[in-house]
Amino acid sequence: MALPCQILEMSEFTSFGLSLKLAFLTALGLLPLALFLGRFLAFSQKNWRGFCEAGLMLPLVLPPTVMGYYLLLGLGQNSWLGGIYAAISGKTLVFSFEGILLASWLFNLPFAVQPIQRAFAAIPHEIREAAACCGLSNWQAFWRVEWPLAWPGILSSLLLCFAHTLGEFGVVLMVGGNIPGETQTLSLLIYDKVQALDFQGARGLSLGLLVFSFLSLAAMSRLEKRKPVQRTLSWAAQGVEDV
Amino acid sequence: MKRLHPQLFQVVLKALVFCFLFAGTSPAWGEDFSVAAASDLQFALRELIHGFEAQSGHHVRVSFGSSGQFCSQIQQGAPYALFLSADQHYVNLLLEKGLTRDHGVLYAQGRIALFAPQGSVLKVEKGLAGLLPLLAAGKIRHFAIANPQHAPYGRAAKQALLAAGVWNALQGHLLMAENASQAAQFSLSGSSEGGLIPLSLVLAPAFKNKGRFLLVPENLHAPLLQRMVLLKNASRAAQDFYLYLQTGRARQVLMRYGFALPDS
Repeated sequence: MALPCQILEMSEFTSFGLSLKLAFLTALGLLPLALFLGRFLAFSQKNWRGFCEAGLMLPLVLPPTVMGYYLLLGLGQNSWLGGIYAAISGKTLVFSFEGILLASWLFNLPFAVQPIQRAFAAIPHEIREAAACCGLSNWQAFWRVEWPLAWPGILSSLLLCFAHTLGEFGVVLMVGGNIPGETQTLSLLIYDKVQALDFQGARGLSLGLLVFSFLSLAAMSRLEKRKPVQRTLSWAAQGVEDV
Repeated sequence: MKRLHPQLFQVVLKALVFCFLFAGTSPAWGEDFSVAAASDLQFALRELIHGFEAQSGHHVRVSFGSSGQFCSQIQQGAPYALFLSADQHYVNLLLEKGLTRDHGVLYAQGRIALFAPQGSVLKVEKGLAGLLPLLAAGKIRHFAIANPQHAPYGRAAKQALLAAGVWNALQGHLLMAENASQAAQFSLSGSSEGGLIPLSLVLAPAFKNKGRFLLVPENLHAPLLQRMVLLKNASRAAQDFYLYLQTGRARQVLMRYGFALPDS
């Protein structure tokens, strides 16, 4: 029987690790911002909330080429961000892992914010009012009342970001430039393998990515169904009582 | 939260540890450097890299694409140490911008081939002119070339098709691939009747028994003088590889893939 390391080539191993790293850092790094934005959009009554939402949804409808083009402009050597980064690290931001991570944060914004926003919006008004009546501060209300109610949405935001980053192709190709070991993620390696007529290699990797993505989505839909409202409601009540 | 999903946390933690251990790892010995190579080198260069890595212990990270694309990426700061272009033009352009170490060296001269996959109505023996009656009869659905705008092999293909007088008739049937290697993949895929692709790819094992090809006469297109150049930040290891590519052993490999070699 062959060992896994004999089946997988070094390049596949590296790309797999890179994809996972990118997906994890995207999902985790985006979480604080997504929590803030999602909560704000769910509860805010401001008029310009609509514009905010539209802006956040842009990555969903924009072609990857448009995002890639603006990111190349915005992160390139002649941009202030790229300039500062180059001055500090001596590396360019485009065509580096840090560059695709930044790009990844941007194009994952709607995927991170949406589930969280929906989860917060689903919290009954009365509960938040009750929390306020009990004298809970904004922070206390978040930790003791909202978080226990919204966590399935937060988890599915994490999972969605993770899975979506694994599947991202166009922007990573444009901003990252397909450099093995630095920016060549699994989906880019598959593209490379097809071009190199290595259909066997592409087949294995594609199947792997297909199964993995399916499992992530299945896990997410389970989480959404499992929303334990009764239990968390009593949790929330407990949280209020504790104060 | 922790009370609810201890096992989930464990899985996440394990995966995290795993990916940080292995992401971007490379052999502990030798040095890593990145090479940008024209995609007609897809097979030949892999073989050369294999030889170099075994001999030196360094690790070459190679990206294949169209020369024009790499030229624009390098201008935007892509961290390549060595650029193997499929023509001279893009190397000269980088030289003018002061991004290269010197003017580089000619390493090969490329040729294009008319390729028809097995079962295609296209008979390559009749040459490019053989396309015309087939086009008139509506028997050619697709014909693959690399994008002439940024791929030197695509430019050569366009020149040859123009010279043979079939360019206009082919409009609406052309599959424009992103680079020469993708053009080869398109013409093999069975959804096109053929294509004009690098000889160096047709001669690779992946193409064996997959179809028929005819070498396109040299006088139908401007010569594909392929030049490589070290970029400003090139390391010692990259320089070694650059020299390795000029050795007799490397030249033999290139010759086997159908490249003509410039006199050294």
